Amino acid sequence: MKIKGNAASVEFEHVTKVYGGMVKAVDDVSFAVAAGTLVTLLGPSGCGKTTTLRMIAGLEMATAGRIVIGGRDVTKLPATDRDVSMVFQSYALFPHMSVQENVSYGLKLSGHSKDEVRERTEAGLALVGLKGYGSRSPSELSGGQQQRVAVARALVLEPEVLLFDEPLSNLDAKLRRQVREEIREIQTSLGLTVVYVTHDQEEALAVSDRIIVMNNAVIAQMGTPRQLYEAPDTAFVADFIGEANILPCVVEDVTDGRAQVRIDGMTVTLAARGVGKGPARLAVRPNRILLAPAAAKSGFTGTLRKATYVGSHWEYSVESAAGNIFAKALDGDDRLTVGGPVAIGFTAEGPVLLPQ
Amino acid sequence: MLRHGLDRNVTFWLLTGLAAFVLLPWYGIERGYLDMRWITGGWPFRGSGASGLFAGLERPWLLPHLVFLLLPLAAWGRLKSDPLFSATLLFAGAGGLIWLLLQGFAIGLNGFEWSWLEALFGPQDIRQFGMGYGALFTAAAFLFFLSSGLAARGVVNGDTFVVGSIGFVIAVVGIFIFFPIMKMFIAGLQTDDGSYSLSVFIAKFADRKIWSLACMTGGTRCGVAWNSLFLAVMVGLFSTLLGLVFALVVTRTGFRFGRFLRAMTLLPIITPPFVIGLAIILLFGLSGTVTTTIAGITGMQPTRWVYGFTGVFIAQLLAFTPIAFLVLIGVVEGVSPSMEEAAQTLRAGRWHTFRTVSLPLMRPGLANAFLLGFIESMADFGNPLVLSGNFDVLSTEIFFAIVGAQNDAGRAAVLAMVLLFFTLAAFYLQRFWLGKKSYTTLTGKGDSGHHPLLPKQLRYVLFAIAGVWTVFTLVVYFIIIYGSFVEVWGLKNNLTFNHYVRAFGLSWNEFGLHFSGAAWDSFWTTLQISAISAPLTAAIGLLTAYLLVRQSFAGKQAFEFTTMLSFAVPGTVIGVSYIVAFNVPPIELTGTGLILILSFIFRNMPVGVRAGVASMSQLDKSLDEASLTLGANSWQTFRKIILPLLRPAILAALVYSFVRAMTAISAVIFLVSARYDMATSYIIGRVENNDYGLAIAYSTVLIFVMFAAIGLFQLLVGRRQLGRRFDQSRTNWEAGG
Repeated sequence: MKIKGNAASVEFEHVTKVYGGMVKAVDDVSFAVAAGTLVTLLGPSGCGKTTTLRMIAGLEMATAGRIVIGGRDVTKLPATDRDVSMVFQSYALFPHMSVQENVSYGLKLSGHSKDEVRERTEAGLALVGLKGYGSRSPSELSGGQQQRVAVARALVLEPEVLLFDEPLSNLDAKLRRQVREEIREIQTSLGLTVVYVTHDQEEALAVSDRIIVMNNAVIAQMGTPRQLYEAPDTAFVADFIGEANILPCVVEDVTDGRAQVRIDGMTVTLAARGVGKGPARLAVRPNRILLAPAAAKSGFTGTLRKATYVGSHWEYSVESAAGNIFAKALDGDDRLTVGGPVAIGFTAEGPVLLPQ
Repeated sequence: MLRHGLDRNVTFWLLTGLAAFVLLPWYGIERGYLDMRWITGGWPFRGSGASGLFAGLERPWLLPHLVFLLLPLAAWGRLKSDPLFSATLLFAGAGGLIWLLLQGFAIGLNGFEWSWLEALFGPQDIRQFGMGYGALFTAAAFLFFLSSGLAARGVVNGDTFVVGSIGFVIAVVGIFIFFPIMKMFIAGLQTDDGSYSLSVFIAKFADRKIWSLACMTGGTRCGVAWNSLFLAVMVGLFSTLLGLVFALVVTRTGFRFGRFLRAMTLLPIITPPFVIGLAIILLFGLSGTVTTTIAGITGMQPTRWVYGFTGVFIAQLLAFTPIAFLVLIGVVEGVSPSMEEAAQTLRAGRWHTFRTVSLPLMRPGLANAFLLGFIESMADFGNPLVLSGNFDVLSTEIFFAIVGAQNDAGRAAVLAMVLLFFTLAAFYLQRFWLGKKSYTTLTGKGDSGHHPLLPKQLRYVLFAIAGVWTVFTLVVYFIIIYGSFVEVWGLKNNLTFNHYVRAFGLSWNEFGLHFSGAAWDSFWTTLQISAISAPLTAAIGLLTAYLLVRQSFAGKQAFEFTTMLSFAVPGTVIGVSYIVAFNVPPIELTGTGLILILSFIFRNMPVGVRAGVASMSQLDKSLDEASLTLGANSWQTFRKIILPLLRPAILAALVYSFVRAMTAISAVIFLVSARYDMATSYIIGRVENNDYGLAIAYSTVLIFVMFAAIGLFQLLVGRRQLGRRFDQSRTNWEAGG
């Protein structure tokens, strides 16, 4: 007996969720999750990502719009009748049942034969590496093991879509990396459709095929991890995924999709991304800023306010005419003195124009 | 996608309703629901056992029920999402229910009940009795049609189980709480010849016996309303003060025997409400120990001084102080120690900290304890009955209006309304005014630290008060047990087992063991009725708690308020209203055991609700959701996840509703019959015949039986669990016994 994936796509069409007639938790959101991919809903707390996930599960009903799973309109179907399983933040293992009873709970309800329930349960536990733990009670397991039981319990039903609600938030930092790799491995090997909610951008970048960044009940941007990191559309996305300095600039000329951008006397040529002439904003990652002694002729100048050693790298605070700039460098530069002038430049793939 | 046939649940209820209509006797049987002899009495074709269908041949107004029962077939082959599906069910359910109620109320024991119907159709000579099993299950089927229809409309996410449960709870609360009280109000408007008159009502209401203030201006007596109010305010004040003293002793004096004091809070639960009154009589009555001793020393003539306000006040204070203590210990502990520590680091001394920080933070809790004491005292029936003498209070006046020579249901109804007004007002204040004012934090996290000790002088004062009161309480309970062995208190003080033998004697005769004692009958009845009502109370309480905690639906607040309302309805009011409402068709219950069971269920339901709400809100909601996403529906989730995890709450609800049913008197005394006499009303009867010995012996036995029940429960659930459940379920303890 092997656990299969039954991957199906998920589509949201102009979905809105209103609580208590007033508060819009999700506002006219549309997206599609292709079958067999792992898509992350990422955003700060209160952005609507968990509500979105719960609407896929059927635990919340959409106020308006259409939800389609595997080509079937499920908008009005309650959770019970949807072929979707969910792994909860608290794991929600039933404390009065053994591990095995937990994992077989859904199987028994869906009317499989006794033998099949047993086989599938064992296969599920084996898949998450918990063979032989069936008779224990959840409280006898470590946090990581409980997490795996929760995953097995959801997996054995071979759902069309598997949902994860911040699955790593109750694990300690070292375990997180391992568990997220395991989740990703199971997802790819079974070809599951997974929707994953997190507020941790690093986690999102590491596990996802695609990321949907949400803010204030709407989608801020969707794309692959690389697209979001390299080409954020908004200051919010730029700052939320990785850190970014948002600097005011002026677009002087646009030709063939390339823009001449002036920032405090320095001019760089960048992809225009639809930005026209006039004032605009640049996003620059801290590790893509180069600092040099003021004598260096490159870039524009500022005053070094702070230099902090944090182990793996140095962090600098620089005051400039374009605003305060935060920079990171792998090695300290003895030539820079706190309080003294510095020249500020960008690496080759450095700044990005923000379309919005 | 076309589904063939009919929704499974609808089919089930359609068949149930049909079977009930065709097979079960439509009308109630003279001897009550528990009597099964109808099977041989012409069932199901004629006579008293006739089913709805066959009775309908004589009484054509029964036949439309069949139409409404079959109507859901029109939804055959339709999907739930089809608007016609829900419309059909809504029409069948609502139509059926309305028709059932209309015919039930319109045609009663004497033909048409409403004169305009008689004018329209001419006199009707076929009478109609109370509804029976057939009508009951037919009504249930209609109710389910209605809720399925609503669920199909998308109410509460279209969850049939939840909508059905809400419908069920509303229906039973409506029938067994609101309907009787409504009927009672109407009875208050009724004149002796059966017509309705507002002026008669006003005359009854404005009676000098209720509202007179003569005692203020030198007259002898005040009205009963003022008496009750004055007594309740005094009891509320003093029980709160004493409760606060005990709570402070336990938490802020370094007192080491706090557990002993906490155990004393069990006493009012296991003590039948009038027992303390009896003990007061043994101590301070005409031939009471204290009275005769003092008379012997001083040579004064012993008097009946304790009968009246003083006696009732002392008895109620003894009975209700533990309740105030229980409420206040939560409040006193709930004041965050870090606030007191903050005050101390700001250079406030102990006395200053207590006066300016601790006490003000407890204020809402104090008000809460006061209101509870107020409601308790208002509703208390047992103590005034044995002790009040000439000091009339509302609860006993209601009783005498019904059972006395007057037998004036209208007057009883008016008095009950006045009583209900006071208790509801207090209940309203407690829930809505105090609910928003609580400063205590019960999150249980973040606040480490210790409550500071109180200043020394204050500690000694508290110790003194608490000590005296504890000794007094112990003496009272000792007197009860000792008194059960005394031949005739104050006259023949020799010890004897006579009372026990008379009450619980066993003998052998030709049939084997014979329960020859006088108390056995009522004792077994009490056990039986309590044992039947306890699981039902727990079930409906927990179901309601589930709906309140786990579901959200329109009107939930009103729903919660109404289910908790019966806390504030004094037992005497329930008793009167049940008599008024269930003495005549369509629901005839007086004289049966069922009416006792029902009164217990709905009087004690809030206990189950409280226990359920308290422990259910500690269950992570994602457990339910996990179950739902794993394919269980809400009924399966309720049964497989929530119920097993609530086992302690279930047990608590079971034990408390059992114990409360055993000790209840106020509603019971109206509802008992020769066949179904209860222990408490039997004891009261003995007291009225001055047979104190047997009454006290019987009470002692009851106390030990309930002590055993609670002990057994502790063994089953474990000590810690009880304490917690107990505190939570008791913060809004019953209104009267």
